[in-house]
Amino acid sequence: MSVTGEAAAGTAQVSPSPAVAQPGRSAGFGHLLASEWTKIRSVRSTIWTLVAFVIVTIGFTALITWVVDANWNGPHAAARDATAIADPTSIIFGVSVYLGQLILSVLGVLVITTEYSTGVIRASLLAVPKRLPMLLAKIVVFAVLIGILAELVVFGSFFVGSAILHSHIPVSVSDSGVLRATIGAGLYLTVFGLFAMAIGALIRHTAGAISIAIGVAFLLPILAGLLPDTSFWNHLVGYLPQQAGSLVYQVHIVKSQTVLSAWEGFGVLCIWAVILLGLGAYFLQRRDA
Amino acid sequence: MIEVRDLTKRFGPKVAVDHLSFVVQPGQVTGFLGPNGAGKSTTMRLILGLDHPTSGEATINGKRYAQLADPLRTVGALLEAKSVHTGRSARNHLLFLAQTQGLPTSRVDEMLDFVGLREVARKRAGSYSLGMSQRLGVAAALLGDPQVLLLDEPVNGLDPEGVLWIRNLMKQLAGVGKTVLVSSHLMNEMAVTADHIVVIGRGRLLANASTAEVIARGSGRSVLVRTPDADKLTALIIGAGGSVVPGHDGSPAGDPDDKTPMLTVTGVPAARIGELAASASLVLHELTPQLATLEDAFLELTSDHLEFGHRDAAAPTRATDGSVR
Repeated sequence: MSVTGEAAAGTAQVSPSPAVAQPGRSAGFGHLLASEWTKIRSVRSTIWTLVAFVIVTIGFTALITWVVDANWNGPHAAARDATAIADPTSIIFGVSVYLGQLILSVLGVLVITTEYSTGVIRASLLAVPKRLPMLLAKIVVFAVLIGILAELVVFGSFFVGSAILHSHIPVSVSDSGVLRATIGAGLYLTVFGLFAMAIGALIRHTAGAISIAIGVAFLLPILAGLLPDTSFWNHLVGYLPQQAGSLVYQVHIVKSQTVLSAWEGFGVLCIWAVILLGLGAYFLQRRDA
Repeated sequence: MIEVRDLTKRFGPKVAVDHLSFVVQPGQVTGFLGPNGAGKSTTMRLILGLDHPTSGEATINGKRYAQLADPLRTVGALLEAKSVHTGRSARNHLLFLAQTQGLPTSRVDEMLDFVGLREVARKRAGSYSLGMSQRLGVAAALLGDPQVLLLDEPVNGLDPEGVLWIRNLMKQLAGVGKTVLVSSHLMNEMAVTADHIVVIGRGRLLANASTAEVIARGSGRSVLVRTPDADKLTALIIGAGGSVVPGHDGSPAGDPDDKTPMLTVTGVPAARIGELAASASLVLHELTPQLATLEDAFLELTSDHLEFGHRDAAAPTRATDGSVR
């Protein structure tokens, strides 16, 4: 017999019976999207990263274009002026998208790795033990949030930058390739963020994953520049995620240095992201949490 | 009902859970006992599908955890390791969990009231005390009003009030027919909470019986002796094949002012000790067979199965010199 016979002495309500929705009706993917949206909006790191992204991206466009404008025809400015005339969008997006991608990479990594560092992953996987739907919902929520914001920010950047450059170089979205480059900048930022998210899913540690994402975005281009200018190396480098993907926000693509067109390059970046997300999904399924 | 069948989990060369089988019945609190490192948490993680078993399986109401349609409405779990984002509020933590199951937001507020966290529901979980964190964990576990509950060391680090709250909650949940599996390394806690006990050591099943049975099984094994001739009696008892430990753990039943040395004897029944003393004309002040507590029964069961620490600490040693004090 039990030594705790008086167990149910206090017959108080144990836990309020839930006004649960239809019993037996399984929660759908829409519920998981709502859940992931709650997760991403309810931590400060998301808010601060996104604020930093907006300020840095638009801010650096304004700064760079202002420097060009203020020093127009100045000493040592001839080469830069020539670049600006030939390809004003590269002045507008060059530095700002480069920096913006870093901030979004950090956020992409964090949305996954903080689940592991804080242990929320256990609660998440207890709620969604099939695991893949949770990752898929996370990808969709992140992609939509970043996609919308990135497009708003790059168009904002473009209008700020073109307004500042206006007196010396008139540039408008109706110019050849400019609309594609602007939309492309937002798409590039979004997909690169997903690429970083995939690295987070694979590495599961914040510092390690951020280092790798930044390495791919920053270090590989620098290292690639040191390689010999042969067809073999140009092909290899041309297919790296950052090199291929960044073509989509360039108006004038220098044919001798690239092996891909703008959209081909973007496609290659998408393939990178899909492969890494696929690997992340595979390991999420296989590994102990 | 939880069924664990021939469950095995290896981490590299280390076997954490070793061909473990047991069944957890509804309507009672089942204590899951074992020393630290015995494999309790790993077993729970295997039942919950967080870890993948090397072989064997665990099912809940006949299904593997991953096959449950709305898992939080079937199973609630409170894990020992933290599973809350320190920057997220209690309310948002419960909200995202509720959303995965299609539970209404009103259920979140209901649970916040139930565990008494309404006032701090919008504060960052990182600012919560241990007791508050544990209450949040309980709210998460009970969110879907599940039939089955797994609680891993739920009273660890709680103040007496919190311990009592968890204890009563578990009893009440079992009282309304739920399946409750609660792990602990604290025997006395289980003695007052659990109806049934599963003991493991080094990942293997050591005992699976009602609490009363586990206690009974270990009872009558030791005898408390008080004698001014401790050295001589010790030598006699050891000669008769028994073990002697100077002193006594529990509160002695006899005269509290009696400063006579105490001995705890095992392996020789009380009657034989009395005869030995009489044959050598030794004075005894007390001779009391000890009813084993759950703690004793547990130590006996697990003394050969400690993963860490000194084995000697658990098993009585043979006193060679018989010195007391």
